[in-house]
Amino acid sequence: MTDRDYFKGKPRTDVNPVRILTFKIDGRDVTAREDETILTVARQNGIFIPTLCHLDGLSERGACRLCMVEVKGSDKLFPACVTLPRQDMEVMTDSPRLNEYRKKILELLFSERNHVCSVCVSNGHCELQDLAVTLGMSHVRYEYLYPRHTIDASHDRFSVDHNRCVLCLRCIRVCDEVEGAHTWDVMGRGILCKVITDLNQPWGTSETCTGCGKCVHVCPTGALSEKGKSVSEMSKRRQFLPYLEMMRRESRK
Amino acid sequence: MTLTFEDLQGIARIEEDRQEGFRHRIHVCVAAGCLSCQSGLIKDTLEKEVSRRGWENWCNVKGVGCLGLCAAGPLISIQPDGTYYQGVQVSDVSDVLDSLGGEPLSRLDCSGQLPFFQRQKKIVLENCGLIDPERIEEYIGRAGYEALYNAVRLMTPGEVIDEVSAGGLRGRGGAGFPTGLKWTTVFKAVNGTKFVVCNADEGDPGAFMDRSVLESDPHRVIEGMAIAGYAVGAAHGFVYVRAEYPLAVKRLRTAIAHAERFGVLGNNIFNTKFSFKVEVRLGAGAFVCGEETALIASIEGRLGRPRPRPPYPAEFGLWGYPTLINNVETLANIPSIIRRGGSWYSGIGSESSKGTKVFALAGRVNNTGLIEVPMGTTLRDIVFDIGGGIPGDARFKAVQTGGPSGGCIPEQYLDLPIDYESLAEIGSIMGSGGMIVMDEGSCMVDVAKFFMEFCMSESCGKCVPCRVGTTQIYNLLCRISSGTAEPNDPARLEDLCDVVKRTSLCGLGQTAPNPVMSTLRYFGEEYRQHIEDKTCPAGVCQVGGVGEV
Amino acid sequence: MNHTRVATVWLDGCSGCHMSLLDLDERVLDLADRIELVYSPLVDSKEFPEDVSITLVEGAVSTSDDAEKIRLIRERTTLLVSLGDCAVTANIPAMRNRFSVEAVLERAYVHNAAIGGQVPGIEVPRLLKRSRPVHEFVDVDRFLPGCPPPPEAIFNLMSELLDGRPTGSSIITRFGA
Ligand SMILES: Cc1cc2nc3c(=O)[nH]c(=O)nc-3n(C[C@H](O)[C@H](O)[C@H](O)COP(=O)(O)O)c2cc1C
Ligand code: SF4
Ligand code: SF4
Ligand code: SF4
Ligand code: FES
Ligand code: FES
Repeated sequence: MTDRDYFKGKPRTDVNPVRILTFKIDGRDVTAREDETILTVARQNGIFIPTLCHLDGLSERGACRLCMVEVKGSDKLFPACVTLPRQDMEVMTDSPRLNEYRKKILELLFSERNHVCSVCVSNGHCELQDLAVTLGMSHVRYEYLYPRHTIDASHDRFSVDHNRCVLCLRCIRVCDEVEGAHTWDVMGRGILCKVITDLNQPWGTSETCTGCGKCVHVCPTGALSEKGKSVSEMSKRRQFLPYLEMMRRESRK
Repeated sequence: MTLTFEDLQGIARIEEDRQEGFRHRIHVCVAAGCLSCQSGLIKDTLEKEVSRRGWENWCNVKGVGCLGLCAAGPLISIQPDGTYYQGVQVSDVSDVLDSLGGEPLSRLDCSGQLPFFQRQKKIVLENCGLIDPERIEEYIGRAGYEALYNAVRLMTPGEVIDEVSAGGLRGRGGAGFPTGLKWTTVFKAVNGTKFVVCNADEGDPGAFMDRSVLESDPHRVIEGMAIAGYAVGAAHGFVYVRAEYPLAVKRLRTAIAHAERFGVLGNNIFNTKFSFKVEVRLGAGAFVCGEETALIASIEGRLGRPRPRPPYPAEFGLWGYPTLINNVETLANIPSIIRRGGSWYSGIGSESSKGTKVFALAGRVNNTGLIEVPMGTTLRDIVFDIGGGIPGDARFKAVQTGGPSGGCIPEQYLDLPIDYESLAEIGSIMGSGGMIVMDEGSCMVDVAKFFMEFCMSESCGKCVPCRVGTTQIYNLLCRISSGTAEPNDPARLEDLCDVVKRTSLCGLGQTAPNPVMSTLRYFGEEYRQHIEDKTCPAGVCQVGGVGEV
Repeated sequence: MNHTRVATVWLDGCSGCHMSLLDLDERVLDLADRIELVYSPLVDSKEFPEDVSITLVEGAVSTSDDAEKIRLIRERTTLLVSLGDCAVTANIPAMRNRFSVEAVLERAYVHNAAIGGQVPGIEVPRLLKRSRPVHEFVDVDRFLPGCPPPPEAIFNLMSELLDGRPTGSSIITRFGA
């Protein structure tokens, strides 16, 4: 995350991107610029922290809560993707307690909609599915909610299956922040939240959608897919995002 | 127009003379509660009758803010005698006028509820029910805007903040954050544009403290905001009020217009460099928009959803500028603290929590309404003295404080002096001041379910634990209340509550489990009875419903 | 050598997990040396026996019959394994859960019938309102996701269980695998 990203375009006034500090992650000494998050620094140092709503190149939301880490001296949990380190802070990214919370959050996600991996276009290429493996989540302890959701296949080339959506809102962010179309948004509250195109019109009738497909490729699950893809065929390509971001940064100079 | 201190005192004197010119003053409550039972009509009838009798010169009828005993409305009070009448009807008007100067009308008299009126200590509500909220002169007549004058003319911002800190005032919006400390943070933030926001979203079910203050004494809040603006270096304030409070909004707007006309808002207030403007912003009534970062997003015109903190609004608030956010009641305390001094204020209340707290007393209690008591008052005093006990001599069961973020307090804690710390210790919170009394007729599982349903439907849906967790908890509670639960469901509840509490993004999710956790803690037996014996001891839940697995 | 008493059962599943078990090919023989298969759709016994050490369950719990069976199995089994996504998540069988039982039966037996379909009455067990994973009915000791779980994952889990080693087979399988 750069300071620019926290709120689209709004520089944070409370950090000084020039200052460098040192702190510890899992006992290792690391250095950070004051505006870098714990997650950024952990990744720079090859330390794994699970994430879902975070995507390099998009603004942060701090919403999935999978990236929670512990900080020595505090009983609280901190989302690594939006927490800035402080000098001499000691961060722990892995503990039985953390893993248990992360697993439970993941289980809540699986219980929320209808994930039937065996018949999903993204089977084998899905971040949610991968997280279950990484975190050792072998089953869901909460009752499945089995909501009734629809599929919108009105677009020529893409479709959205709300049964698989985890409400990470990457689609909204990439469409707004990178493509500049702001076709996607979210409606409703709580468990009734749903991503929508235009003002909840069929995607195929959207006048703002440029058909660029960025949303499809940043979507971590099988919720957004290209038409014509069958089970397990929908793999996503996200390399464009850091690349686009770099190009734009360069051209601003 | 720029006001001097002499002008201010002049207005106050004229107002005082005007009031004293009346031998009898009839105060008719025209706050939302009484208005809803036609107190407006009673006021009109009284006025007509007074003029028909040609008494205008010595008998004054005016609308005032909340008199406190809301459930017994329409309420009127006769000053200077201090008589209170409840349940007044249009047909009573002549009798009321006839009795002036003589014996009070016994059939309406409720001055006998003495503990209700006398056990309270009024700071925030000191003008409530005494002044006409739509006349700035009456506020000034009660030393209004004197504190603002003192602050901007005689004190430095630092001294103002010191006074607030010395008073020990803590945020009344729920969390009890020290107000002086918050002001200092905003004060210290880099120079330049800053904002003051008054949080009047008040979304907890059953709470109406802030609404009453705004309806009854809006200038007090405006004065508090202006003083805050002076102290932290802000020239612009917003009041974020829910649109469901039309009367509060109207009175607030009137008050702002009057304050501008009198020069206590605007440029060069009291002939100083200090300028301050206040704007009203309406919220659409989402509970989560009371959360400060969601509130900011809403004022900015974005989707009202919380964002992670830090950065805190004090550093990075409205449009990225340092922003002071305080609750209505917090700000309403400020004029008194500045006028009478921090040490006076810190003399009231308990060790850790100073001053008074306004509560909206509701539920199974004789005197429901708006009360203000010193911090550290016991629940017993509130429920049995001020509240007049439980109707029909039913048995007390619990008090719910803090609304959907709070907990249920059982009988064993009736004598606990309540303040921020003591309530947190027993698993509840002070919250914004909702207080619901429950007797044997209330089922604790049902109460937990009610609040969880509220949190579930008010969750903004941003973060996973709150969005899905509250739904899962609600479903489990439904199972328990319908008699289809399994023996280890309480353990499941505790597990879910822990996840939602520990990992949610904002205060809504972090506190949503409180009503469930506190009822599990104090009324675990009642849960067991639902689950194992398939009975609801209070007879509220339809247990024994045959739900198929 | 003591042979461990093992059973496999087939509830609401497609038998794919059992196929995967058979796909162990020659390694089936390694296992066979160490176990006694006391009950299985692959063998001929009718009644689920007492004192089973390990039971592998394929399929979700979808009918009143499944529910009864799994309770009995749990009683008679020391270590119960949910084998495959249908047992672990209810998977495909659960796709009907968004609709009412009546609507599902209508669709299957009437709308989709070639000629004059009719919803069966007494011959088949009653469908539960929802198909649900095994662990929502009884305690389950190990979970092996996958649709189906690959043979290696089943082999690993069985070897680990038979050796009394800690189990970690989910690493080589996943939901939908
Ligand atoms: C879900 C939620 C709802 C809230 N609603 C209100 C509210 O209606 N009014 C209020 O003053 N504070 C509310 N708060 C607290 C505010 O976020 C904030 O802490 C408060 O306005 C600060 O003012 P204070 O320091 O004067 O208490 C709410 C907090 C949360 C998490
Ligand atoms: S989106 Fe991912 S987790 Fe969901 S069904 Fe598809 S593959 Fe499985
Ligand atoms: S559609 Fe995909 S990218 Fe958009 S919110 Fe849902 S899961 Fe995330
Ligand atoms: S805790 Fe609830 S209300 Fe707060 S951000 Fe999360 S979902 Fe929204
Ligand atoms: S990645 Fe940090 S909260 Fe989602
Ligand atoms: S909005 Fe992304 S492709 Fe249309």
